[in-house]
Amino acid sequence: MSKKDHQEHVIPLMVYLAVGAALLVLTVITVAVSYVNLGPFNLVVAIGIATFKAMLVALFFMHLLYDNKLFMAVFLSGLMFLGVFIILTMFDTMKRDMIYDEVAKPINPKAVIYQESAPPTDQTGGQQ
Amino acid sequence: MNIIPEKNYLTYPKGLKSWLFTLDHKRIGLMYLFAIMFFFLVGGIFALMIRLELFSPGKDIVSADTYNQLFTLHGAIMIFLFIIPSIPASLGNLILPLMLGAKDVAFPRLNLASWYIYVFGAMFAVYSMIAGAADTGWTFYTPYSIETNTAVISLTTGAFILGFSSIFTGLNFLVTIHKLRAPGMTWFKMPLFVWGLYATSIIQVVATPVLGITLLLLILERVAGIGIFNPALGGDPVLFQHFFWFYSHPAVYIMILPGMAIISELISVHSHKKIFGYKVIAYSSLAIAFISFLVWGHHMFVSGQSELAGMIFSFLTFFVGVPSGIKVFNWVATLYKGAVRFTTPMLYTFAFLILFSIGGLTGIFLGALSVDVHLHDTYFVVAHFHYTMMGGTVIAFFAGLHHWWPKIWGRMYNERIAKITAVLVFIGFNLTFIPQFIMGAHGMPRRYYDYLPQFQGMHELSTYGAYLLGFAFTIMAVYLIHSIFKGKPAGNNPWGGLTLEWQTTSPPDPHNFHEVPVWTHGPYDYDKIKVTPDLEKELETA
Ligand SMILES: [Cu+2]
Repeated sequence: MSKKDHQEHVIPLMVYLAVGAALLVLTVITVAVSYVNLGPFNLVVAIGIATFKAMLVALFFMHLLYDNKLFMAVFLSGLMFLGVFIILTMFDTMKRDMIYDEVAKPINPKAVIYQESAPPTDQTGGQQ
Repeated sequence: MNIIPEKNYLTYPKGLKSWLFTLDHKRIGLMYLFAIMFFFLVGGIFALMIRLELFSPGKDIVSADTYNQLFTLHGAIMIFLFIIPSIPASLGNLILPLMLGAKDVAFPRLNLASWYIYVFGAMFAVYSMIAGAADTGWTFYTPYSIETNTAVISLTTGAFILGFSSIFTGLNFLVTIHKLRAPGMTWFKMPLFVWGLYATSIIQVVATPVLGITLLLLILERVAGIGIFNPALGGDPVLFQHFFWFYSHPAVYIMILPGMAIISELISVHSHKKIFGYKVIAYSSLAIAFISFLVWGHHMFVSGQSELAGMIFSFLTFFVGVPSGIKVFNWVATLYKGAVRFTTPMLYTFAFLILFSIGGLTGIFLGALSVDVHLHDTYFVVAHFHYTMMGGTVIAFFAGLHHWWPKIWGRMYNERIAKITAVLVFIGFNLTFIPQFIMGAHGMPRRYYDYLPQFQGMHELSTYGAYLLGFAFTIMAVYLIHSIFKGKPAGNNPWGGLTLEWQTTSPPDPHNFHEVPVWTHGPYDYDKIKVTPDLEKELETA
């Protein structure tokens, strides 16, 4: 390993304390905000604050800001693959009833599986 | 006359303990080789039992329940215990550091740990066979995998543990390739085998944790009923398939990329011709690694996934065909005007080119949404999968095994018998799986115990093919093992390769090289450098 790779960047103690304080303040804010009803933004605000906190931890406590940028790239690519997974899955789970209107209806209402009065719970993977 | 050096990694140090606690990548690679060949045998015996049962309709040798367990174990063992570790952990471990001119991998202890974790995971899998083997298929689909009384938990625990062994190997190779290349070996002067393993390692490190999460969720669902996949508790059974295939589609590239890497290497060495389109082949490996993460939904076209997702995934799936096609064209172009030698490794390489092309192109059929609606869950899928995984990866693995065998042991197998065996493997393979394509297109469903009489002829052919394959592999085992003891010394460079592993002795020194090798030329500079293979020198002097 070359010297340049291994140059230790010493972060002043003050920075650690400031980041720690910021994390505590943000926790207080999270709790405080939970008492205010923001409607659809409840989740957005909570996750926004949590993301910001995680970012602080990663950048300062885990040294990502000062380390070789390769580590940053590895870290971000992990997030990217997670994003790909969630977004492409949501194209399925959020859009199950799209395009064809017939989807939500039985193709043959007289079929055996619709004979019981209860709605099909599909516990056996459609193998009834 | 070629001689075998007295002190080599096989003979020094001596004793069982020196093997069990070895940190030498070559010994660990060899231990992996024995382990995976053992499970190849076990999975192969299951396959032969399946084929025997399907020889005629109705019950032949096993009950329907046993049959379900047989195909589950065949799949799970072949995937998790054989193909995934096959090329990277055995040949990769043996050859990668030699190719880079390194003394070992970056983390030798992690390397040994990965082998022990593999054995530990394998023990769980073996235990599950005794304790009422799972009958879910190797895909463990919910909700059935939650309901069945068979040993799902121990088998998935085994696969979970095996994942760590795979991650360790991938991580080790990534760091090794970044840090331990010989002086002069820049990224675009690396052999293509290294590029292929690099792309594979990325997938191993990024995708395998998702398999771990999936199997853990499945176990939790079975044990505690947490309701992630159970619709009665607000879960979503199709979500399991998203989780599972987010790993398992990239995993088929964990399997095929190292195979492609071997072919890129062999096609140049055995035709003594500079590889055509080096950079494109290297980049296409990375492209495959990346795109492989975007296409998993093509396994779920008829699983109740939304039509929109089906369309998106079908569209994206076609992209994977592009880099694979680029590779095939480059390999064929390399052969043009080359001095092709019809050695055993080269015969397997040709077999790969044919079989993988069939496997890849039928994959395009299945990736097309409308065609898949008809072909899904038929033998067409089974045949496609075996053409890519067996006709592709396993054939490439045997190509590589025959290519590096003289380096690993210092001795040559009987080439004439090996060539005949290669032809038998090729015939047996096609005899097994071409009938399955035809049956599948005619609607024979996969995984069925019984079938209509009209399919019997095809099933019989397929069974004959499978037994021919089994016979050919038996011959291979015999002549390979025989060569370890009785083979002719092969010389340091039997094929006339230019990469670094051929510059050390066969078998290599415990420390690989006596001095740090310097990399002064490209890996395939046959246009600039003339080499005569040691095997041909023998012939000239004889
Ligand atoms: Cu796939």
